Amino acid sequence: MPAYELNINSKTYKVDAEAAMPMLWVIRDLAGLTGTKYGCGIGQCGACTIHVDGNPVRSCTFPVAGAAGKKITTIEGISESNEHAVQKAWIELQVPQCGYCQSGQIMSAVALLKKKPNPTDADIDTAMQGNLCRCGTHQRIRSAVHRAADIMKKSF
Amino acid sequence: MKDTASTINRRNFIKLTGFTGTGLLLGLSLKGNEGITAIANINHAATAFELTPLIHIDPNGSITIFNKKPEIGQGTYQSIPALIAEELGLSLDQVIIVQTGGEKKFGGGQFVGGSTSIRTQYTVLRKVGASAREMLVKAASQQWNVPVDECYVENAAVHHKPSGKTISYGALAEAASKLEVPKEPKLKDPKDFTILGKSSPRPDVPLKTNGKALFGIDVAVPGMVYAAVEHCPVFGAKLISYDDADAKKVKGVLRVETCERKFGGNIYEGVAVIAENYWAALQGRKALKLKWDYQGNDAFNSKQYEQKLRDLAKTDGVVAHSQGDFDKTFSEAPVKLEAFYETPMVSHSPIEPMNCLASWQEGNKLEIWVSTQVPGGVMSEFSKDYGVAEENLKVNVMFNGGGFGRRLYNDYIHEAVQLTKKIGKPVKVIWTREDDTQLGPFRPMTFSAMKAALSTDGKPLAFQHKVISPTLDNKKYDRTKSDPTMTEGISEQKYEIPNMKNLFVFADLHIPLAAWRAVTSTTLAFSHECFIDEMAVKAKKDPMDFRLAMLTKDSDAKNVLLKLREVSGWDKPLPPGWGRGVAQYEFFAGLAGYVIEVSKKGSGIKIEKVNAVIDLGTVVNPDTVKAQVEGAAVMALTAAIKNGISFENGRAVQTNFHNNPLVKIQEMPEVKVHILTNGGPTIKGVGEPGLPPFAPALCNAIFAATGKRIRKLPFDINKV
Repeated sequence: MPAYELNINSKTYKVDAEAAMPMLWVIRDLAGLTGTKYGCGIGQCGACTIHVDGNPVRSCTFPVAGAAGKKITTIEGISESNEHAVQKAWIELQVPQCGYCQSGQIMSAVALLKKKPNPTDADIDTAMQGNLCRCGTHQRIRSAVHRAADIMKKSF
Repeated sequence: MKDTASTINRRNFIKLTGFTGTGLLLGLSLKGNEGITAIANINHAATAFELTPLIHIDPNGSITIFNKKPEIGQGTYQSIPALIAEELGLSLDQVIIVQTGGEKKFGGGQFVGGSTSIRTQYTVLRKVGASAREMLVKAASQQWNVPVDECYVENAAVHHKPSGKTISYGALAEAASKLEVPKEPKLKDPKDFTILGKSSPRPDVPLKTNGKALFGIDVAVPGMVYAAVEHCPVFGAKLISYDDADAKKVKGVLRVETCERKFGGNIYEGVAVIAENYWAALQGRKALKLKWDYQGNDAFNSKQYEQKLRDLAKTDGVVAHSQGDFDKTFSEAPVKLEAFYETPMVSHSPIEPMNCLASWQEGNKLEIWVSTQVPGGVMSEFSKDYGVAEENLKVNVMFNGGGFGRRLYNDYIHEAVQLTKKIGKPVKVIWTREDDTQLGPFRPMTFSAMKAALSTDGKPLAFQHKVISPTLDNKKYDRTKSDPTMTEGISEQKYEIPNMKNLFVFADLHIPLAAWRAVTSTTLAFSHECFIDEMAVKAKKDPMDFRLAMLTKDSDAKNVLLKLREVSGWDKPLPPGWGRGVAQYEFFAGLAGYVIEVSKKGSGIKIEKVNAVIDLGTVVNPDTVKAQVEGAAVMALTAAIKNGISFENGRAVQTNFHNNPLVKIQEMPEVKVHILTNGGPTIKGVGEPGLPPFAPALCNAIFAATGKRIRKLPFDINKV
């Protein structure tokens, strides 16, 4: 099996894995970071969303071979102590219910706000529609993205 | 790192010491955002003293509250310990919350389902907390030799008012634990509540925003291996043979073993590929070659079955409820109407797929880590089925990545337990989304034949709701009787109709079926409340007025409708092309109603406004209640307008979220939730009541906007 040197959350991980092994399972089973979730395996639910060089990517369909040399960020790399504006907004508005999809939701929201610090509802629809939530936290997610944008503005 | 899988995983190891009684505390420290990330039941520190089985206090001051109600997203991780903490004068950030695992000492009720948690625990757990408070106060008063009345509790300590003396709960723990537990402690006056009745942040939320919350799928133990199980998508098939030669060639695959999924008295065979990591297990599973005998069940398809239900609708079935003389009144009535409604099977589809980690250990011991709604049920079922004494069975209940009724069932746990028993290593079984979508159990479809008679001036005289459906457990169903679950709520509506005869017609089905959030009310409310609307139209009455005219006596249902009328601005005119619909539904779990406004947009419908009213006697956390109703509305919309589950060639056509989609953020309007509460002693459920009345309110609004009556779910909201 090929060996890969991966940069995950600014730490180096050396893993032995088949080239086609999706980053989802590398992150969970080999790197032991379980905040990134398995939901569908075909890029349809967004629970496994990570950042690859800052862009949101569905890690269940992203092979480890493509991750080498790239900067990988998982939910654990956003802020372990919930310091990020998106996390603060999520807590303030009590977004999560079961919480299983929320790592992915937050990863998508963080990426959106980096690109668009003042997102419209239409921007939120576009950026967040790939993240499913069975508990139905949809309207709180929308409000929390707007709230996070406010928090980010105030922190400047 | 050389030995990657085993070295790196170690950071997530659940370091339970199993059965020794000196385990590491794995509860959750709630101080700030730091904390231990697991919820698991524990053999807590031997130094703590037990005041009651649910409250342990350590001399070092740490206070543990055991929670019997697993967190599945509905907020019991906050609302249940809050009942105890309130009476102890504690805030939730002063306690460690530990989920119980079905242990006998914690008593019954270790499950979540039926929107029962607060309803059943509200007084019981306040008494538990109040008893402990009285024990602590008594211990302090004895130590100080002062009257109990001069003492009060605050901030995890007992205080003596006259002298200003203070002693911490920790320092009192040992003495208090030796006192008798008072049977009828004095409960706090609700006006003094600091937590109950107020919107309080949930302590699990910060763990769900940084990836620290551990769900069943996240648990790792040393030596653990992963299993992917191939099942037959045709139910009732028998495994003839399997060829695992290619599967075993996949790098990382360790073994291939058979296992049995047990559900509803049936056994569904599976072949498990066991590997070093889950990806390898999946690759191995793809390489399996299985031969099945479908037992003829590959001929099953939904279209034929639906026709069977329509044919069965012509039979009488059995009486579920009767009052007055329906048959005579209906046959003689001047105005009659009839309609036929259809709903589909649907999947639960929690985003965390079914999974379980099990570890068979020397001495006939078993340890299970699982996201489950039923810790008590897991304990009793697996103790019995595998001959493990309850004291040798440890059930670690993790955060549930969604429940919705799916995790009331233990079918997939059997697979993990059998596999660990066979191979002697801890095995984590993970179902794929395809397994979850295709294998059920599903919410059953119900078809409804409706009849009503009106007087010439539009007064309802007679009403009939005939349900045609399978039952949740066809093996146990007594065919001479109606099935209360499948006729849920239809005879409990408060509408005053003098003559009524509700019927149930049983239709056999070999597919695994299950309770789904709000159970059968999710389909029956649709037919019931849409047909009430049809009656209003036939009577040429406003649908709100028509309903209220059938509610002359005071009732919660009437109050819900009046509140809906007020908050929705029911009597205000709408723009052209808009329509407004109302529905309410009362059933075992509780009572809620909606007014929904829609507009015609191109070839489809846009949902413009949603107002929900939920009726509760007493509320513990208003923000949680709102979240539950918001979520119920989303789930109801998905069930109304997305695919549902259908069968061809004996198999579920839907396999994953691309063809079994959920409502997405851009499809969901804002839901305004209004809580009706009289503060009274009758507490109603929260998790489910928000679901049933949504679809009928929506379809009634669509009728108001377009004149088109929707009688079959799902429907395409973009083509109405």
